[in-house]
Amino acid sequence: MTLRHRTAFLAGGIFGIGLLMSGMTDTQKVRGFLDLFGTWDPTLAFVMGGAIVPMAFAWRWTIGRTPLLGGRFPPRAPARLDARLTVGSALFGIGWGLVGLCPGPALASLTWGGTAGVIFLVSMAAAMWATPRIAARLDAARPVA
Amino acid sequence: MQPEWIYGLAGGLLIGLAAAIYLLVNGRIMGASGQLGEVVDGSAGGTMPEKLWFLAGLIAAPGIIVLLRGGADTRLTSPVWIIIAAGLCVGLGTRLANGCTSGHGVCGISRLAPRGIAATLVYIGFGAATVLIVGRGMGI
Repeated sequence: MTLRHRTAFLAGGIFGIGLLMSGMTDTQKVRGFLDLFGTWDPTLAFVMGGAIVPMAFAWRWTIGRTPLLGGRFPPRAPARLDARLTVGSALFGIGWGLVGLCPGPALASLTWGGTAGVIFLVSMAAAMWATPRIAARLDAARPVA
Repeated sequence: MQPEWIYGLAGGLLIGLAAAIYLLVNGRIMGASGQLGEVVDGSAGGTMPEKLWFLAGLIAAPGIIVLLRGGADTRLTSPVWIIIAAGLCVGLGTRLANGCTSGHGVCGISRLAPRGIAATLVYIGFGAATVLIVGRGMGI
């Protein structure tokens, strides 16, 4: 276990505790946020806002620097909105709205989420495995203009 | 005023702290779908052990707390076919879009990344529409 692995484990652990503490592993709180026409639950907005603050400082710090363990910081992606981003995010939103789980909380709640949680995680992982293969076929099928 | 807002904010700060550690020390974007997706589709390559350790921490740390203290419930009671359909949509969608709530939401918005902001607006919009149509309309 190198130092890099230790910080990865630490970051994953703090992430998971944050998800648990914030209530984001409770699918009904997440669906309550998405339910704009019921008794709207604003918790998710506080979670998102709280998470963005340390990260905004972190991004500022990265300017002109390199990561502490070497390498380079991830470069900015070109500001291009393509079909993969919008169609993918729409699909994600539909799945998220159906059950109130996104990938982080699905992983964090694995040990107490019961069979339903395992079924969700396995389905999600299977689709993740299949996605590059599906995308490659779509690209191959696209007529060359 | 609900006290769980405080827990939401405190938990959110922890999530942001975790993302900041992963970024500043390891130089990585803390996106849950990217970490898991690159492990299962094999594209993680040499970063596979790092991502596996991240996933191990993400599962183990809250798991130990719940084991000791109890009281956690995902309240996931949807029919099995809905859970499977939702899992497939989330898996395919996040990998096509290259990010989810943590990657595009937390890490993208905090960098004012146009793609992160656009993705977040789209998945919250479609999530809200799904809760309205399927949740309220069809009662699922």
